[in-house]
Amino acid sequence: MTGSAGLTRATLLKDLRLEWRSKDATNAMLFFALLVVVIFSFSFDPTAEESRRIAGGLIWVAFLFASVVALNQTWARELRNQVLDAYRVSPAPPNSLFLAKVFGNFLFVTVLEALMTPLFAVFYNLRAIGPAYQLLVVAGLGTWALVVNGTFFAAISLRTRSREIMLPLLLFPISIPALLAMVEATSAILTGEFSAKFWVVLLVTYDLVFTMASLFLFERVLHAE
Amino acid sequence: MKRAFPIFAVLTAALLAYGLYQALWVAPTDRLQGDVYRIIYYHVPSAWTMFSFFALNFVSSIVYLIRRNPRADAVAVASAEVGVVFNTVVLVTGPLWARPVWGIWWTWDIRLTSTLVLWLIYVSYLLLRRFSSGGQMPVLAAALAVFGALDMPLVYFSIWFFRTQHPQPVIGGGGSIDPRMLQVWLLNWIAFQCFGLLVFAARYRLEVLSQEVEEMQALESLLEVRGSR
Repeated sequence: MTGSAGLTRATLLKDLRLEWRSKDATNAMLFFALLVVVIFSFSFDPTAEESRRIAGGLIWVAFLFASVVALNQTWARELRNQVLDAYRVSPAPPNSLFLAKVFGNFLFVTVLEALMTPLFAVFYNLRAIGPAYQLLVVAGLGTWALVVNGTFFAAISLRTRSREIMLPLLLFPISIPALLAMVEATSAILTGEFSAKFWVVLLVTYDLVFTMASLFLFERVLHAE
Repeated sequence: MKRAFPIFAVLTAALLAYGLYQALWVAPTDRLQGDVYRIIYYHVPSAWTMFSFFALNFVSSIVYLIRRNPRADAVAVASAEVGVVFNTVVLVTGPLWARPVWGIWWTWDIRLTSTLVLWLIYVSYLLLRRFSSGGQMPVLAAALAVFGALDMPLVYFSIWFFRTQHPQPVIGGGGSIDPRMLQVWLLNWIAFQCFGLLVFAARYRLEVLSQEVEEMQALESLLEVRGSR
């Protein structure tokens, strides 16, 4: 296994193994998302009908905030022992490294969503009126939108002072259309009142545009001196 | 450039004063809204000026990513700052007009919301520049500027799905406008654009100077290290 696919696989496996042994990011994300869910339910105290309408917003905001925890660790982990500098001087293609990080974060956030969504449904008495299988599509596209930009901006904020604060400040404004699309698509499916098609198309466009932009610019960001 | 600056400044001041006079006294009063409407002579020209500077920021960011020319980065930072100022003017004058005419300060309609998001993106751009240092900062900032520019059409289409309450564009939109109003509008736009360019030129020169100072300091510290050996 050589070449860029091999490098992607090796880095991804290394990250997964590190995470499996420490479980730092997963634990922190899960607990953080749990806290958000509980605090939201105290501050809104919704009925079943209301919660169906606001759940899309609550759940995605919880995931967005929680995923920042994992995203911040993406590159910070490579600072120890100057691993990132080693990457920089190595002839390995930067994009395969970037993709490995994106796949890793995608897996972490997907695990978070898989564990939190049932809990969310229990706490808020949720039951989808529209076609529930579409939620899987929205979740996949939405998670990709969050992590592809998040991984890119984590690489940027790594180079700044107070890097952990910087990531959400950069990521959230750019993510507004994606977040809007995720929230609206989820609400559309949960309430069954309107079609989620426009929002899914928007998410696909967002994913394509920013995946290409990240792949195009990541090398410059990694090698910025 | 040094000699042209004061002349340009005087011209801009004259244009702004003439524009103000035209907007407040000469332009005819709107039949439906009365005198309140006159704020559009500031609101709309500010918006156009804002777009021109953000476009300049986008172009110079791309030029910087390709050529790595520090002058392009100076253009990028100066245009982003001036753009954010005009963006703020747009966001402040909009609600001032909306309150008497629509009865509300703010509504989440397409143009208001996308202007606000544009403001957020560029403020985060300026924050990034402030929080990072050294030679890497221009590259990171330019990458963010490209991301922001790619984001804007998506922002626009996503919010377009909510119904709009903002008055439809009158220019090129098939609406009717008194030609005298249009004249005053264009005059104010030119005045604002000149004012923006004036501030931009000053900020650009400052940035170039600080780049030169930094270079000089780097060079001096290099020489010192060599001399002490």
